[in-house]
Amino acid sequence: MNPNVKFKADRMTPFQARRKWLTAFAAGAGSLALAGCDRAVNNPRIDATLRSAEKLTLASQRLILQHQPLAKEYGERDLSPVFRANGSMMPQSKEYAQLLQGKFVDWRLKVDGLVARPQSLSLAELKAMKSRTQITRHDCVEGWSAIGKWQGVPLSQVLDLAGLKPGARYVIFHCADNLGETADDSGLYYESIDLLDAYHPQTILAYMMNGQDLPVAHGAPLRLRIERQLGYKQAKYVNRIEVADAYSHLNGGKGGFWEDRGYEWYAGI
Amino acid sequence: MTTARMPSGTIPRAAPARKQLLPRHSALVRLTHWINVLCFSLLLMTGAQIFNAHPRLYWGEYGADNDHAWLSIDSLQNGSSVRGVLHLGSLTFETTGLLGASKDEGALAARGFPSWLTIPSYQDLAAGRRWHFFFAWLFAINGAVYLIAGLVSRHFRRDLLPTTSELAPKHLAHEVVTHAKLQFPKGEAARRYNVLQKLSYMGVAFVLLPLMVLTGLTMSPGMDSAFHVLLDIFGGRPSARSLHFICASLLVAFVVVHIVMVLVSGVWNNLRSMITGKYAIEVDGDAQ
Repeated sequence: MNPNVKFKADRMTPFQARRKWLTAFAAGAGSLALAGCDRAVNNPRIDATLRSAEKLTLASQRLILQHQPLAKEYGERDLSPVFRANGSMMPQSKEYAQLLQGKFVDWRLKVDGLVARPQSLSLAELKAMKSRTQITRHDCVEGWSAIGKWQGVPLSQVLDLAGLKPGARYVIFHCADNLGETADDSGLYYESIDLLDAYHPQTILAYMMNGQDLPVAHGAPLRLRIERQLGYKQAKYVNRIEVADAYSHLNGGKGGFWEDRGYEWYAGI
Repeated sequence: MTTARMPSGTIPRAAPARKQLLPRHSALVRLTHWINVLCFSLLLMTGAQIFNAHPRLYWGEYGADNDHAWLSIDSLQNGSSVRGVLHLGSLTFETTGLLGASKDEGALAARGFPSWLTIPSYQDLAAGRRWHFFFAWLFAINGAVYLIAGLVSRHFRRDLLPTTSELAPKHLAHEVVTHAKLQFPKGEAARRYNVLQKLSYMGVAFVLLPLMVLTGLTMSPGMDSAFHVLLDIFGGRPSARSLHFICASLLVAFVVVHIVMVLVSGVWNNLRSMITGKYAIEVDGDAQ
């Protein structure tokens, strides 16, 4: 054995030991800190404090959005070459399969709740109404963006047709797709917005995308476009619009499928 | 010290250098500094959590899976094993263990940044966003207080704005060389920030941190509707997201250098000055 190597090895031992100890200490301290963070994340009181920031965000964005500025609209050349579909791609129910097979001729959009004249509208009736076309950016909560061209009925027209009753504050969208388990056991996607967003000129019930009938993966036959909020608010496969004074009676009580899973009700950021 | 080499007794009046405690940082600077430390740490780690939901970065007005990403952290599944790969432009790096695939409860799992860099340590985008936005508010308010107070009290003009002579290339070169040799100003010169400190603090306080706020706001569809100009400045939401990431990386680089400098230029003195406000400098014994 080379004595130099042995000498070297002997000399290194205390360093190695110290280094090992330091590494172990750092790893221990690190995992303690991380465990502390995870515990803090799961602490209901801390969680409630952190959620106060959402109210601040909503209040300040309401302040700058009260005059209903429009989301930026793009040109045809800005369209995403491929618009990524996300969430449900194909509702699983037998009813949906039948409606799809019948090209949605038998499909109806119900409008009920706090309205003077409940509605049951066919796709043809919706398409006969005055439409709006807009090329806008879709922002997913995950961080990606896609630009698409949407054509549909402004939600305000549909709401005015039904006539809001006093006390109406929220518009709830009930959908045909089942993305996961929900408290009411239906497993159906739902979303809710308030009247300020409901009456925004760019808030439309879209039946066309990029110049064609809305594809199944993007919510055929009808989806919501609410251009100043994130993707999970853009409910797909909408078949019932409920006007209500609250949304707390539904499922987890947070006003939407993803909201019940911890995401903000106000998705303007 | 030159006095130490002289035979004792030959110069009786030569007194040894002594330390003098001087006021260094105002209470407001100290308070906002430590709030900033808390906010930056949490924003960075919750930011890594949010990034992990879609570990790809783009330029332009749109960017999703089918579009070209200038940076992506990919997790390549091969049967039951997973490999982590970082794509940066046309370069590819194997990053298994750190990026794209890292240990999660003992086994390699697919995730962008490793669990020890994210809050919470497990994948939870909703919680990451909740924490990020809370501390973003605190960070922005804290930063606004710092900036307004620094302007009103003339702290920026007095302590951070470099003088013309400090910006002379010769002086800058001299500072870079002495910093590289880890030689730091002593005595009178230590009363003020040196020019490299001034420039880096100004770059952080007036460029990088405000850019973090602005690029962060540009990712909000609500803000974009109210201020289309944000999209014009940064060239789109995906670009703003990229710049948010780049500025955060530059801030991490600043923090690393900052901490090294704190450590090598007198860690206890530096820490004391940012806690109690008092900073010790060496003055000649007979100087008053």
